[in-house]
Amino acid sequence: MFRFIRSRLLEAIPVLFVIATLTFVMIRLAPGGPFSDERNVSPATLAKLESHYHLDEPLPVQYLTWWRKTLTGDLGPSMRYGAHSVNEIIAHTLPVSLELGILAITFALIIGLGAGIIAGLKPNTVTDYAPMSLAMIGICIPTFVIGPLLLLLFALRWQVFSVSGWDTVSDRILPAVTLGAPYGAYIARLTRAGMLEVLNQDFIRTARAKGLSEFRIIYKHALKGGLLPVIAFLGPATAGLLSGSFVVEEIFDIPGLGQHFVNAAFNRDYTMIMGTVLLYAVMIVMFNLLVDIVQAALNPRLRLE
Amino acid sequence: MKQRSPLSIRRYLLPALIPLLLCSCGRDPVDKSPAGQPDDGVPQILHLGNGAEPKALDPHVVTGVTEHNIISALLEGLVTENPKTLEPEPGAAESWSVSDDGTVYTFALRSNGKWSNGDTVTAHDFVFSFERMLSPGLSAEYAEMLFVMKNAAAFHEGTLSDFSQVGVRAVNDSTLEITLNAGTPYFLSMLNHYSWYPVHPPTILKHGKMDELHTPWTRPGNYVGNGVFVLDTWEVNKVIVVKKNPLHWDAQIVRLEAIHFHAIEKALTEERAFRAGDLHVTGTVPLDKIEKYQQRSPELLMVSPYIGTYYYLFNVEQPPLDDVRVRKALSMSIDRAAICTHVLKAGQLPAYHFVPPDTGGYTSQARVTYDIAAAKTLLAEAGYPDGEGFPGFELLYNTNESHRKIAEVIQQMWQKNLNIKVMLKNQEWKVYLDSTQQGDFQVARAGWIGDYVDPNTFLDLWITGGGNNRTRWSNSDYDNFISTAAATSDAAVRFNAFQKAETILLNELPIMPIYLYVSLSLIQPGVRGWYPTLLDHHPYKYVYLE
Repeated sequence: MFRFIRSRLLEAIPVLFVIATLTFVMIRLAPGGPFSDERNVSPATLAKLESHYHLDEPLPVQYLTWWRKTLTGDLGPSMRYGAHSVNEIIAHTLPVSLELGILAITFALIIGLGAGIIAGLKPNTVTDYAPMSLAMIGICIPTFVIGPLLLLLFALRWQVFSVSGWDTVSDRILPAVTLGAPYGAYIARLTRAGMLEVLNQDFIRTARAKGLSEFRIIYKHALKGGLLPVIAFLGPATAGLLSGSFVVEEIFDIPGLGQHFVNAAFNRDYTMIMGTVLLYAVMIVMFNLLVDIVQAALNPRLRLE
Repeated sequence: MKQRSPLSIRRYLLPALIPLLLCSCGRDPVDKSPAGQPDDGVPQILHLGNGAEPKALDPHVVTGVTEHNIISALLEGLVTENPKTLEPEPGAAESWSVSDDGTVYTFALRSNGKWSNGDTVTAHDFVFSFERMLSPGLSAEYAEMLFVMKNAAAFHEGTLSDFSQVGVRAVNDSTLEITLNAGTPYFLSMLNHYSWYPVHPPTILKHGKMDELHTPWTRPGNYVGNGVFVLDTWEVNKVIVVKKNPLHWDAQIVRLEAIHFHAIEKALTEERAFRAGDLHVTGTVPLDKIEKYQQRSPELLMVSPYIGTYYYLFNVEQPPLDDVRVRKALSMSIDRAAICTHVLKAGQLPAYHFVPPDTGGYTSQARVTYDIAAAKTLLAEAGYPDGEGFPGFELLYNTNESHRKIAEVIQQMWQKNLNIKVMLKNQEWKVYLDSTQQGDFQVARAGWIGDYVDPNTFLDLWITGGGNNRTRWSNSDYDNFISTAAATSDAAVRFNAFQKAETILLNELPIMPIYLYVSLSLIQPGVRGWYPTLLDHHPYKYVYLE
């Protein structure tokens, strides 16, 4: 176990290195810079701004300086939000995005597993078709449609929730549902497929023959195997949740990191792009590792080594 | 060209929502701060939609409108503005006098002018602030706003190192004397631009050097201002809260207890927050909602003329656009009125000249016309009868729904009226900026918002080698008229020079004016003291809620 984690972490180093390097090169190749605007900045002022942010140094020097600072935990000042550093902005906004992501994935798991198990138990009946049709709709409708629709009904028409913001507990519900719904739908389909496959296996028949209760069969035996595809899906799902939170954050006006991740690219906020890309890369590597560990724990046939 | 709502369901749901609009206005589920001074029971806390997160709150560093909206609450210049006309009114200065030739302004600062920490606002504070704004080290993007002051440009460019030679002097603690290069009739209204705002010297120096960029002095708790409000909280990407400054000299007339500036970037999100009653005034209105509001609740929609022009740039070095006849034919063959009524639909006016009408009392006499027959003749004279052999060109715009619609309509008009084919090309904002700056375009969309209410802010764009002149156009007569206007304080002579300059501009057409901007916002019925103004400024001192 320890050896597995260690080797995976060691593998992550070149991955992160390549991601950071590619990002660094690509953003510098993109036309325009952090200080270009409709109203021209005078050449002298531009030169001073560039020297303030050390953009006048040769690229390799800038690159090495960035690594040196980053390794000490300093992602530098934001080139757009001058009064705040990248570290500060991340410290403000990451907890919000994480909370949103965790709530969304929790919602997705509850809905997805519930619907998937019910559907898988009695295939090709009403209890299968109904949740699966809903799941199909959930997958097909994008968040930028679900979000405003939910707001229109629950916030503007019935006034159950507020229309934007991130202040009260109830403010969390609509965004989490919106963000989680497509994943919940996908999980439902995966769970159903997994259950169907497992329920036809010999060891389930054996369990039935032993006279175990149906609940015990599902809970103790079927679920373990049936959930494997779902667990495998959680790794990429987390990545999708993180980068997909941008749309939901915009719709519900949530002060999360997703907006910065996207807007930094449009603003050519070099330090912010580097900071957020590296952070997301680290998080995705970690979540995938976590998923692998959980998967191994659930599946005796899979050994970590 | 009927515009269709992207979500047909809205058509059915919206009518049901309209009655809710009125009854939900007072609801304020987000706000948890204590209610303000009861004024007929309405808490005096104004919630404003303020677009993107501000870049900074340092008046000498920022460049945008979002920032202006907040900073104008926190700081006060020598003069303030009348809430309806924007005419200069006494601000930090109680009174002022102007020398006969219009070049020396003497301001008498009020004795009860206080910083929010209790210090008195002195003339030395203004001298310090102007020096900071102009210091080469700060890299203030708006430093050139101060160049009307004697020797200011030389100091900023580093050719003069002694600031005492710049035209600003503290005669004593309460008297400030400003010497200008020439009589500048719009000088007082210019003082309402944040680049002229004072900063509190001890606060600046406590957190860094005078010309150090982005020190923590603008953080809540550190910020010392002389404005009607003081900075209370700053939550990145969420909200900036300012509270009434009890030390302000005019505090007794201020009715608002606090303003919440909400950072809401997406217009649709902002509009929903407005509908739910979470915002009193929005920063903008989503394009496809304008018609709905016009039809169903026009009292909530505020449309007012804005000092800005939307136009196309011609790259005059690129054939076929190097031929003035081609440029004229292109300009004459578009129906600006149709674009305003059928595409924009929010009350924008067709632009037949570049400077918006009645800018500081100036309206251009020269006009571009809509004349298809003349356009065809000109195109034939240029060697392309009925569009034959016309090489075509690319029309560049930055990726945006509204720019695309306008470009498509103009493309059709050119095709129909002149029989010429034009390719549309869109680029992401920063790429578009790079292309236009490098001259890597043929025709490109552009817009210009005046910095102050005077034709100069529009017409000095097109001088030879001007920093924002991306057309590469140059005309020495034009340059001369602009410098003549800059050198005199005689209003008649100035306007005459501007008239001549604009006549040249519209005759040569390095740019093609299309429409005049309006500022659009949604406003709750209970907001008082908020008037439509040309610069979209709304001095908060006079605003209150009912």
